[in-house]
Amino acid sequence: MDAIFIFEQLLNGLGYGLMLFLLAAGLTLVFGIMDTMNLAHGSLYMAGAYIAAKVHESSGSFLGAVLVAIVATILIAALIEWLVVRRLYSRDHLAQVLATFGVILIADDLVKAIWGPSPIMAPTPAALTGPVQLLAELPYPAYRLVLLGVGLAVALGLYLLVNHTRMGMLVRAGASNRSMAEFMGVRVGRVFSFVFALGAALAALAGALMGPIGAVQIGMGEAILIPALVVIVIGGIGSVRGAFVAALLVGLVDTAGRAFLPPMLRAVLPPSLAADLGPALAGIAMYVLMAAVLTLKPAGLFPARA
Amino acid sequence: MFKPKHAVLAAVLCSALVAQAADPVKVGIALDISGPFAAAGAEARDGFDLAIETLGGKLGGQPAEFLKTDFAGNPEQANQLVTRYLQRDKIDFFTGPIASNSALAVGPALFAAKVPFISSNPGPSQFAGKQCNPFFFGQYQNDTYDEAAGKFANEKGYKNMVIIAPNYPAGKDHLNGFKRIYSGALKDEIYTKVGQIDYAAEIAQIRAAKPDAVFFFLPGGMGINFIKQYIGGGLKEIPLVAPGFSADQDVIQAVGEPMLGLYNTAHWTHDLPLPANTAFVSAFRKKYDGRYPTVYAAMAYDAIMAMDAAVRDVGGKLDDRAAVAKALAKPSFKSVRGEFSYGANNYPVQNYYLRVVEKDAEGKLTNKLVGTVMEKHQDAYVGECAL
Amino acid sequence: MSSVATLPLPAGAGARPRSAASLLPWVVLAVLAAFPLIAPAFGLEYYIGFVRRLLIVMIAATSLNFILGYGGMVALGHAGFVGVGAYTVVAMVEAGVGSAWAAWGMAIVISAVFAAAIGAVSLRARGVYFLMITLAFAQMLYYLAVSLRTYGGDDGYGIYTPLSLGGLDGLHADIFYWVVLALAALVFAFSSRVAVSRFGHALMGIRDNETRMAAMGYPVYRIKLVAFTGAGAVAGLAGALLASHNNFVSPSLMHWTESATLLVMVAIGGMGKRWGGPLGVAIWLTLAEVLKLYTEYWHWPIGLMLILVVFFAPKGVATLFERKEKTQ
Repeated sequence: MDAIFIFEQLLNGLGYGLMLFLLAAGLTLVFGIMDTMNLAHGSLYMAGAYIAAKVHESSGSFLGAVLVAIVATILIAALIEWLVVRRLYSRDHLAQVLATFGVILIADDLVKAIWGPSPIMAPTPAALTGPVQLLAELPYPAYRLVLLGVGLAVALGLYLLVNHTRMGMLVRAGASNRSMAEFMGVRVGRVFSFVFALGAALAALAGALMGPIGAVQIGMGEAILIPALVVIVIGGIGSVRGAFVAALLVGLVDTAGRAFLPPMLRAVLPPSLAADLGPALAGIAMYVLMAAVLTLKPAGLFPARA
Repeated sequence: MFKPKHAVLAAVLCSALVAQAADPVKVGIALDISGPFAAAGAEARDGFDLAIETLGGKLGGQPAEFLKTDFAGNPEQANQLVTRYLQRDKIDFFTGPIASNSALAVGPALFAAKVPFISSNPGPSQFAGKQCNPFFFGQYQNDTYDEAAGKFANEKGYKNMVIIAPNYPAGKDHLNGFKRIYSGALKDEIYTKVGQIDYAAEIAQIRAAKPDAVFFFLPGGMGINFIKQYIGGGLKEIPLVAPGFSADQDVIQAVGEPMLGLYNTAHWTHDLPLPANTAFVSAFRKKYDGRYPTVYAAMAYDAIMAMDAAVRDVGGKLDDRAAVAKALAKPSFKSVRGEFSYGANNYPVQNYYLRVVEKDAEGKLTNKLVGTVMEKHQDAYVGECAL
Repeated sequence: MSSVATLPLPAGAGARPRSAASLLPWVVLAVLAAFPLIAPAFGLEYYIGFVRRLLIVMIAATSLNFILGYGGMVALGHAGFVGVGAYTVVAMVEAGVGSAWAAWGMAIVISAVFAAAIGAVSLRARGVYFLMITLAFAQMLYYLAVSLRTYGGDDGYGIYTPLSLGGLDGLHADIFYWVVLALAALVFAFSSRVAVSRFGHALMGIRDNETRMAAMGYPVYRIKLVAFTGAGAVAGLAGALLASHNNFVSPSLMHWTESATLLVMVAIGGMGKRWGGPLGVAIWLTLAEVLKLYTEYWHWPIGLMLILVVFFAPKGVATLFERKEKTQ
C-alpha cells in the first residue's frame, strides 16, 4: 500500500461521493423546501440512465444524450408531480413515502414493459474509453476524471445558485422557515416547481453519467436511493452544503472501507475470520458512519431548519 | 332418501371421473421474472417457451400443463410457491429457479413428495454431496465452471493471479472451485459487497498487485459494472478470466466492446457443432429476433426435453415416481450440450469448453468456441454422496 | 397521573355491549379455527399453509402497528427483528435443541435484547432520522447474516428435522396451524388490551404531542423504549414461527424491502387501528398471490393500490369500515 494507491483510492472515493451528491442534492432540496419525501427520485435517476443510454446508442452523441435525458426526465417529473406529488405536500412523511413507493413500483413495471427485464447497454463515449496518465504510475480512467469534473462543477454551480442568486435566497428562506417565507410574500408555488425541476435534472444527470460505468437495469434507482438517503440524513435535511460534505464523507468511507479494511483485518485476525468479517464490515461502514454522526449531531451536520 | 335415479346419477358421475383419469402431465416452473436474477430468469423463460412450443405443448406425446409463476428470486417465496405447486396443483415435475439458495430452500419439500427437480441452472455442492437425492438432477455443479477456468489458467501459464467474488457462500464456493484446480500463486483474494455498484477500490488493488491475470465471479449487474469499470480503468493488459455466466450473451449485450477477448468457461456454447444444438440455436434466433441464446436458455430447453424423454420412457405412467427418477437418470434425449451421463449423485459427467468473446460473421459480439478444457469431468463432491 | 385511568372513555367506544365490533374477533377466530377442517372438502388444503403464513405475518404486522400506529414511531427496520428471531431458531437448531417451544422462547428473548439495544440508540432521534437509523441497523443485521457461513449465509439454512411441539406433536396433521392461530390470537388480544390500557394511552399521547407529555412528567423515552422492545420481541416470535413454517431461513427475510413491505401493509390496513395489521397483511398478500397467477407485471397494480389508499383511505382500509359503522 503506497502513496499512489492511497491517492488513487482518494480519487475513487471522491468520484463516488460526487455522484451520490448529484442525487442527494435534489433529494435534500425537495425534502428541505417542500418537506416532501420523494422516493420516486430514484426512478427519475433510472429514467435518466435509460433515456441517455438509448439516445446515445442511436445518435452516437453522448452530450446530446445527456441533454435529452435531462429534458425528458424533467417532463416526466412534472407529470409525476402533477399526478401524485402535488397531493402529498400537506400530508405526513409516511404518506409521502408510501405514495412515492407506489410510483417506484409502477415505474419499474413501465420500464420493464418498454425496455425489457435485462440490463441494457450504456456505452462509454468513444473519446473517453481509455485511461489518462495522471502520474507516472497512475493511469486513471478518463471517464471518471470527467465525472469528477462535472460533479465539482455542479457543486460549484449549486453553491452559486443557492448563495448568490435571488432564487437561491428564496430557496434558502423556504428551507429554513416555509411559513415565514410565505408570510413575507415569497411565491412559494414557483419556488416549489423550480426546486422539483432542479432535483429531477440533477437526478437525470447522475443517471446519465453513471450509465457507462454501472449497470443500467430495473431497480437501479432503489439501489442508490439508500446511500442517497444516508447522505442527506448525515448532511442535514435541506442543506445542499451538508449534502456535499456528507456525500464526500460517505464516498470516502465506503471506498476506504473496501480498500483498506480487509487487508488491515487480515493482519490481526485469522484468515477465515478476516475473510468473513472484512467485507461485512466494509459493507456496513457507511451505516456506522451515519449512526456515529447522528449520535453526536442528531439533526445532521448542517441542519437547514432554523 | 335413496332413489334409483340417484344411483344412476352416481354411476354416471363415477364413470365420468374414471374417464378423466388421463390427466395432463403437470410441470411446475418457478421463474425469476423480477428480483436479483431477472435477466437470467427472462432468458430461462424464453428457453422454456421455445421447448414447450417445439414439443407442441406435450411431454412424451401426452398433453401437458406448464405452470409458470414469478417468485422474485426470494427463497421464502420459492418455498411458498412450491408448497402451492405440490399441494394444490399436484405437479409431476419441477424446474425453474436460477439461484442456488432458492434451490436449497425448495429441494427438501420436493424430494419428500418424490417430485423430480430438474435443475435449469443451480448446481449446489450440498445436493452433489451430503444431501444428494435421487430426485434432483443437476446440469452442472457450481464449482465446475470455475475448475475449468482454473485448468485454463494453468494451461495459459498464469503464474500468479488475483481472484474476486462477492462475499456470500456462492462467491466463496466459486473461488474455492477455482483454487481447487489452479496451481499458481494467488496475489490476492478479494471479497466485495453483494450488490456493490462501484469497483474502483478493488480495481486499484488489482493494479497495485500486478497479477498475470484476474479471475472473477460476479454474477448479473455486479459483473457488468465490474467489467465496464475494469476496462475503463485501463487494465486491459491484465487479462480477465471468468466462469461462463459472468460472460454470457446477457452480459455481453449490456457491456459491449469492453468484453472483447474475455476468456470464459462453460459446459455449453451456442456454436457447439452438434445437430441438436444447431437446431436449438436457429429456432431460438428465429423466435427471438436474431438474439443468441444464453446458457440459461439452453439449460431451460434441455430441462423440458429431459422431461419429455422421461415421460416417453415410462410410457406415460407417472405414478411410479421411482421409475420416473430412474428414467431421468438415464438421459435418452439429445441434449444441446452433447453426450453426457450422470454420476451417482445425478450430477452430469460432461465436457467443459473454453469460449472467448469475439465478433461473429455479422459483426455481433458473442462467445466463440475455442476448445475443450476438460473432458468427461465429474464434480468434486460425488464422493460425499451416499447414493 | 392516576387520573388517566379514571378518565371517562369517549362516548361510543364500547358503549353498546355485545355490539358487532366486539363480537367480530370471536367470529373471525372461529372461522379461522374451523378452516383446516373445512378446507379439504373443497380441495383447498394448500391454503391452510397460506393462511398459516398470513397469520404469522400478521403477528409481525401487529407488533409494528403497535409502535407505528399507537406510538408514532416510523421504523424502517422491523424486519430486522423478524430476522433475529428466525436466526435464533437457526442457532438453537445448530446447537442441537429440538424443542420448538425452547427455540421460540429463546427467539423472543434474543429479539427483545436486540430491540432494547437498538431502541436505546435509535430512540434518541426523531422523525426521518429515526427511520434512517432503524434502517441502518436492519441493514447491518442483513449484511451480517449474509456473510455468516455457519448459518448458511446467503444460501440460507435448511431445518431438515422440524422442531418438536412437545406433547402436541402427533395430535393432528394441522396442529401447527392451530398453534400459530392461538399465538396470533393471543398477540392480537394482548395488543388490543395494552392499546387501551394506561400504558397505551400514554403511548398515544406521546404520538400526538411528545413535548406535552414530557412536560406533564411522563418518562417519554422509557415508555417508547418499552414499546419498541416489546414490539421487537413479538416480531422475533413471528420470525421464529416463520422459520418453523418454512423449515428454512434466509437473510432475504431482513432485506430492507421486507421492512418497507411490513410498513406498507400496516399503513394500508390502518395504523393505530387494532385490525390494521391483520387487514393490511390479508389485502397485500392475497393481492400479490392472485396477481402473480395471471401476469408477470404484478408490481404496478400494487403500486397503484398504494397510491389510491394514500389518497382516498389515508388512515387505512380499516377506517372505511369504521365510517360505515358510525353512519348506521
